[in-house]
Amino acid sequence: MKPAGFEYHDPTTLSEATALLGRLGEDARVLAGGQSLVPLMNFRLARPAHLVDLNRVAELDFLSVEGGQLRIGAMIRQRTLERSEDAAAGWPLLREAAGFIGHVQIRNRGTVGGSLAHAFPSAELPVAMVTLEAALVLQGEGGERTVGAEDFFLGTMTTTLEPGELLREVRVPAPAARRGASFQEVSRRYGDFALAGAAALVTLDRDGTVAGARLTLTGSAPIRARDAETAVMGEKPSEALFREAARRAVAGIEQDSDMHASADYRRRACEALARRALAEAAQRAAAAMEDSP
Amino acid sequence: MSTRDITVRVNGAERHGEAEPRKLLSDFIRDDLGLTGTHVGCEHGVCGACTVLLNGDPVRSCLMFAVQANGAEIDTVEGLAPDADTLHPLQEKFQERHGLQCGFCTPGILLTARALLRENPHPGDTEIREWISGNLCRCTGYTNIVTAIREAAGLMSEEEAAAASAPRKD
Amino acid sequence: MPYIGSSVKRIEDVPLLRGIGKYVGDIRRPGMVHAAVLRSTRAHARLAAIDASAALKLPGVVGVLTAADMPGLKTIPMRTGQIDGLERSQQTPIATDRVRYVGEPVAVLVARDRYVAEDALELVEVTYEELPVVTDAHAAMGPDAPRLHDAVPRNVPADFEVERGDVKRALAECDLVIEETFETQRHGAVPLETRGLVAEFDETNGMLTVWGPTKMTHTNWRILSELSGIPQSAIHFIEPAVGGGFGGRGEFYPEDFLIPFAAKHFRQPVCWIEDRSENLKALNQSREQTYRMRLGLRKDGTVLAMDAEILFDMGGYTRTHGGVPIVASSAMLRGPLRIENYHCHAYCVLTNKTPVGTYRSPGRYEANFVRERLLDMAAHRLGLDPAELRRRNMIRPEEMPYDHGKTPYHYTIYDSGDLPGQLEAALDHMGYEELQQRCTDARAEGRAMGVGIGCFVETSGIGPWEYARVEVGNNGGVVLYCGINSVGQGIATALSQIVADEMCVSIDDVRVVHGDTAKVPYGNGSNASRSTVMGGSAAVGACRKVKDKLLRLASAELEIDAGDLELADGRISAKGAPERSLDFAALARLALPGPALAQGFTPGISEEDFFATDKRPFPYGVHVVLVEVDRETGMIEILDYLVMEDVGRKINPMIVEGQMAGGLAQGIGGALLEEFAYDEDGQPQSTSFMDYLMPTAMDVPQGQFISTEDFPSPHNPLGVKGAGEGGITAAGAALANAVSNALGVEITRLPLKPGYLLELVDAKDKP
Repeated sequence: MKPAGFEYHDPTTLSEATALLGRLGEDARVLAGGQSLVPLMNFRLARPAHLVDLNRVAELDFLSVEGGQLRIGAMIRQRTLERSEDAAAGWPLLREAAGFIGHVQIRNRGTVGGSLAHAFPSAELPVAMVTLEAALVLQGEGGERTVGAEDFFLGTMTTTLEPGELLREVRVPAPAARRGASFQEVSRRYGDFALAGAAALVTLDRDGTVAGARLTLTGSAPIRARDAETAVMGEKPSEALFREAARRAVAGIEQDSDMHASADYRRRACEALARRALAEAAQRAAAAMEDSP
Repeated sequence: MSTRDITVRVNGAERHGEAEPRKLLSDFIRDDLGLTGTHVGCEHGVCGACTVLLNGDPVRSCLMFAVQANGAEIDTVEGLAPDADTLHPLQEKFQERHGLQCGFCTPGILLTARALLRENPHPGDTEIREWISGNLCRCTGYTNIVTAIREAAGLMSEEEAAAASAPRKD
Repeated sequence: MPYIGSSVKRIEDVPLLRGIGKYVGDIRRPGMVHAAVLRSTRAHARLAAIDASAALKLPGVVGVLTAADMPGLKTIPMRTGQIDGLERSQQTPIATDRVRYVGEPVAVLVARDRYVAEDALELVEVTYEELPVVTDAHAAMGPDAPRLHDAVPRNVPADFEVERGDVKRALAECDLVIEETFETQRHGAVPLETRGLVAEFDETNGMLTVWGPTKMTHTNWRILSELSGIPQSAIHFIEPAVGGGFGGRGEFYPEDFLIPFAAKHFRQPVCWIEDRSENLKALNQSREQTYRMRLGLRKDGTVLAMDAEILFDMGGYTRTHGGVPIVASSAMLRGPLRIENYHCHAYCVLTNKTPVGTYRSPGRYEANFVRERLLDMAAHRLGLDPAELRRRNMIRPEEMPYDHGKTPYHYTIYDSGDLPGQLEAALDHMGYEELQQRCTDARAEGRAMGVGIGCFVETSGIGPWEYARVEVGNNGGVVLYCGINSVGQGIATALSQIVADEMCVSIDDVRVVHGDTAKVPYGNGSNASRSTVMGGSAAVGACRKVKDKLLRLASAELEIDAGDLELADGRISAKGAPERSLDFAALARLALPGPALAQGFTPGISEEDFFATDKRPFPYGVHVVLVEVDRETGMIEILDYLVMEDVGRKINPMIVEGQMAGGLAQGIGGALLEEFAYDEDGQPQSTSFMDYLMPTAMDVPQGQFISTEDFPSPHNPLGVKGAGEGGITAAGAALANAVSNALGVEITRLPLKPGYLLELVDAKDKP
């Protein structure tokens, strides 16, 4: 389990990196935290001719709140995100989601940008970013473009990133008041990829009815459950409401089967977790309302 | 294939080597630096046997290329004990509490525990388990490892307290 | 204070803790090159051609070996578990004309380093002619199934029956007969250190030196000699530090021939370290059995009869331990129960999957799951408490020694113990009735909580013999040379304790040497929880002979009758006159050839002993577990777990209980997580640790481990019963019972995957 040979590039500036990617095109792969790519290379399931290592590009290493929105540089380690008080204050969903990623050793190296660009099925950060309606800034040699998280993920390990482009930054919109979040997942073993997962954001009106809801399920790409979101709008949170919403969320969704679980199991577990995520998010929103009505 | 010069500070001492870019950090530590206490158990980042501290943080050395560590500080199990005749409190407690059997996972777990106790000198059992959940042990069932880490934390804070209360020679 | 019975710190630990232990992967030899094994990518195919020409052109490649380079290849013999017929499906170390599982060695590449060797692997072109594949044992026995070995019709190389009483008649007399099929999934030992070997051939003296973990150095030494034609005297086997065994490690595998062969062929030291991807295809797998059961009871819960048919999926070949797991299953299926009428028909079946071998508690873990589940099912049907049903059928202490009757290939006379007493102790310790109340209360709140019991009898201490030599060195230190092996379990510490007590010396003055064929001439290694039982007993015998010699030497020197001398604190002294004494160093000087010969003594203080037995000690115990199951996701949380085991006598309680805790974690892995799955084409699905799921620290509970020593074994001088396996034996049983109890369902197969549990709940909810 030793990787095949490759040419190694370690640019120190963003422009150097994008120039390299522009020149090398499809022959190159970006190396971020390496926690997914290096195992694939060790199994020789990935064998890029060129690796462009972003670890020395300081411009990608930032985490800040600006104008109410959270800006996360692509090379921010998952552990940094998990431990960031700024991020936790406005976007607790991110801390909760990051806590489910592998183990502390993985999160010390793994990056936010790497996880999103790798787009592994049922990975946590893609689900969280879709739920938070984050914007992803993609940078190529010729310029940048911004893509909504929901449009970024196309399927299993497939995104809208073009050859020559890299994910530069994630921008998470400012949180609404009276909002609660919840990330739920089950895996066969602690720290593994989810068999099923759900992320929810619930915003309450002053009268306690649902003013806004977002729900995303794990799948080969994150599954935004708009039917369920619509179903709870304007309603008083209740067990029955969320049960019905969860039922709608999984109606007709595609899931994969493998040795660990069938598609049917994944759908059922997603349904249970969607209900729990909505209920917990609503509960937290209510608690937030009590703290600062 | 061309090689790269690599300089790292390992267990406090500067070390040089040269390696192809594809050489994994785990292999560089074991083969080029001769520090075979860092074990290789899966080479895909699940078992944690190859855990080292990179600039103080526990990471999988099998999921990094050696060239990426150029300029970094690395701590391996060989650097844990203060000297050749003394064990680190973690090592002491692992022996006393039977926190190891075959010893293959032990270096990785010791380094993870070292980092944990730096971050939180008084972790509860659940926090200990969360931290070491990235290190598979096939022998012990973890029970005695958790106990050993908890007790080492106690021993280390006692030692620190004793050091703090000792008269200073200045 | 005696060392035996005390939790002394392990003598193995300090180097391991400092990271200076030398495992096989840490061995460096001058000029050493690295091997990689090219493995079959097909589950069943003819090998039409192998073209390595491109690989040979790659810079850094030393050479390529295939079966064509090894004329006169023999198959790897069984060292144990021989059942007539199994020899027809033994494996050659490298595929000759046909492959029968994915992962079978096809070629060996040797190169400057492992990176280049793996580059070269990709350049070898193998032409396969695909053959039909069979992966299911039941299907493999069918008339239309592809035949794996020409000499083995129906893919059944062996079958046998165990019979006691009259099952047919007894079943007819029963008030209740439960018929059920049970399955346990394929999983295995998977030590954290993969396999590995370093081999070096010294042309100057014709010596082949092999470093590598084994569980029985001397057996592998003999088999390598038989397969290679090199006499044992020209092979030197050395055991390095070993990263775990658990039954899978250290049998004679194909690579144990190929790597020494390559070293001799290329005249360069060759290192092969298996990678994890290979390991999960090539290491012996285990546990895949299907049981068709009938259990007959009277209304009062008395078990009258048990009828079993067991299919044992062996994979593509017979390996070194032959039929050990199925032999154990068929013999130990009755476990702690008194069953007067028993019949079992056991079938060994070949399929296109990795060959199997033993894994900690081989055959017993599976059989225990089946029996303990049946008992709970019977209790439910009869309206009895599961504990009460067990009480009514367990072998009572006054029935010991208890003979299960004639069993082919297995010794089944239990030596000693109070089985029901141990059950009561375990239930009392856990507060069984309170636990049951807690479950009832939880269910009233809609939570699925359940308690499960698993009782077990283990076997241990398998003979037929073990070797020990004890010597007193020039510094007065005592050295034990013993034929057992260390796989990381702490055996050197346990043996040091035994020797220190026997010789009345400090444990610091004892050294244990094992696993080196130049220093230890005979041995049977470490398996079947035998090392302490057999090695310890042999050590006691050798110590006693050495003590006798010391007394005779001292008697001659001090001119005091040996009967008036005593041994204490590393000295021999005159009784009542301690100033007249000689320490071991002084006695060693007296035993040098000059003085010894002058006095008419054989020089040296060194005595050998063999401990031989055809009997076995049977440790036994109880698992009790409390779980909560999430009805919607099928996730299981283990709230508390007790393992209680009687081991006859504890040499080192800390090590005994460490074995129990480690066994339990593996048992939880087997019951909940670990599985070697295959698709219909025989492609393995669990070839990484992303899919082969060994439990983490978050998946196992802290647990309670209580070892007792109430019933020493009469079969050895120490009274010990092997303690390596009881932690795992009843784990599948107890967990399946607890989860069944929590959900109100009847589990019939392992592992307890969340999807399976939801299916059971569904089936129950819509009758």
